[in-house]
Amino acid sequence: MSGYFKYLFDGIKSLAIGLKITNKEFLTKPITLQYPHESVKMTPRYRGHIELIRNDETSTHQCVSCGMCEKGCPSGCISVKSKKVPGVKGKVLTAYILNFTTCSLCGQCVENCKFGAIRFSNEYNLASRRKEDYIFNLLERLHPEGVPEPKVDPELLKKEQEKKEAAAKAAAEKKAAAAKAAAEKEAAEKESAGGESKAEEKS
Amino acid sequence: MDELIRILSYFVGIAAFLGLNLAYLGWVERKGAGHIQRRNGPKEVGPYGLLQPLADGLKLMSKQLIVPDNADRILYMAAPVLCMVASVILFVAIPWGENLVPREFDFGLLMIFSVASAAGLSILMGGWASGNKYSLIAGTRAVSQSVAYEVPMLITAITIVMISGSMNLNEIVRQQAGGFWHWNFLAFNKSIFMPISFLVFFTCSMAETNRAPFDLGEAESELVAGYITEYGGMGFGLFMMAEYANLMIGCSLTTILFLGGWQCPFGIFPGPHWFLIKMYFLIWCFVWIRWTYPRTTLWGLLNLSWKYLIPFSLVNLLVTALFIKVF
Repeated sequence: MSGYFKYLFDGIKSLAIGLKITNKEFLTKPITLQYPHESVKMTPRYRGHIELIRNDETSTHQCVSCGMCEKGCPSGCISVKSKKVPGVKGKVLTAYILNFTTCSLCGQCVENCKFGAIRFSNEYNLASRRKEDYIFNLLERLHPEGVPEPKVDPELLKKEQEKKEAAAKAAAEKKAAAAKAAAEKEAAEKESAGGESKAEEKS
Repeated sequence: MDELIRILSYFVGIAAFLGLNLAYLGWVERKGAGHIQRRNGPKEVGPYGLLQPLADGLKLMSKQLIVPDNADRILYMAAPVLCMVASVILFVAIPWGENLVPREFDFGLLMIFSVASAAGLSILMGGWASGNKYSLIAGTRAVSQSVAYEVPMLITAITIVMISGSMNLNEIVRQQAGGFWHWNFLAFNKSIFMPISFLVFFTCSMAETNRAPFDLGEAESELVAGYITEYGGMGFGLFMMAEYANLMIGCSLTTILFLGGWQCPFGIFPGPHWFLIKMYFLIWCFVWIRWTYPRTTLWGLLNLSWKYLIPFSLVNLLVTALFIKVF
């Protein structure tokens, strides 16, 4: 009989505690994040797709287009396009294409980059219905307003031009020399050929 | 002719009041559930989600009514209508204020209890006619629950009838005039167990209206959606609206029998506003309880009724009889 009432009072007590807890939660502010209107701030170590790091001094990327990321990628999803521009040291990056449909976010490209040019982004809003939306040009993502022209160093340009002229000169000289030598050789060949034909006739 | 106008105006009034309430109690329930779980609840459709019930209604009405192949067609279609009709009829006896009652019955209380049992019948009808084993189990459960909880509820109601000497709901409220110490749940001069009696009645009305934690008829974690598994569109909508209508009836009845109906707690300026305040407070308690407790087991449900509520209500009945005899 005492168990009967104990069960009852314990039950009522625990029910009252439950009501107290829900009342407290009811009066506190909701913790929901209203997703389309506001979005969560990602933790710094979140692994999104890779992105080029903006160097604050030059306000552009630090990529030297060595292609180590492309070589190291096990999925083969990176392709680095570059070209030579007169007056600029090294190669100039023209397009950094990441095919995110095959990327496994392994991080080999980030490990391989000696110049600290790429890192994982915090971008996670990537939903789309089209495959083409996942082929990113990271250079364009870094400069959405338009890729700036590479800075031309006038001294280097001058040097390069001089070097080019010198090379051209040297090439021209070499060409002239070669032409001369060829002409001499031809003449010599002609002579020897004449001798040979005679010898043939003899035999 | 006057009689006709009276009937019409009350019908229109109750229909409008019910329509508004059934729509917005759903909103209150969802808002309350949200905030208790530290969410926001509906907030996108209109300011504070206030147009959400309208959107829900439009969605339900635009859905096709599908009758399952195994279903008993007539009963399947009749069950939600019966559930709703029975709930709406009950409002005819509810006294909202001193002179604001659709029809003053001498057997108001009896009429409410007898018609309210149609709700249990409609659940069994819906469950059986769906031709689905989950629905059938839900229907039988609802009936065993109804049987178990109607007993203490009626015994408690009889206690009140003994105190007031009347089944007329207006008369029951009139006798509770004065301050809140005259209300039946604090009427210690009638029986010392009246507060317990109030709790018993409140619990029973929760079980009778199939509200969580006694919603074994729905029990979505074990029975899909219970008796409404096979219902879609407005069939489902009617069952949902009837649930809120029953909720309002349960809270109104508790207000009338125990909390002094339209009487003011301080004995000044009584009126329908006090009735509504008390009723909505009780409804809020129902919502609060629903989102606090997990569902009971069938065993726990029957145990509570047969081992606690029925003995307690019987003891209170005897004590009340003793008080009436002695004092």
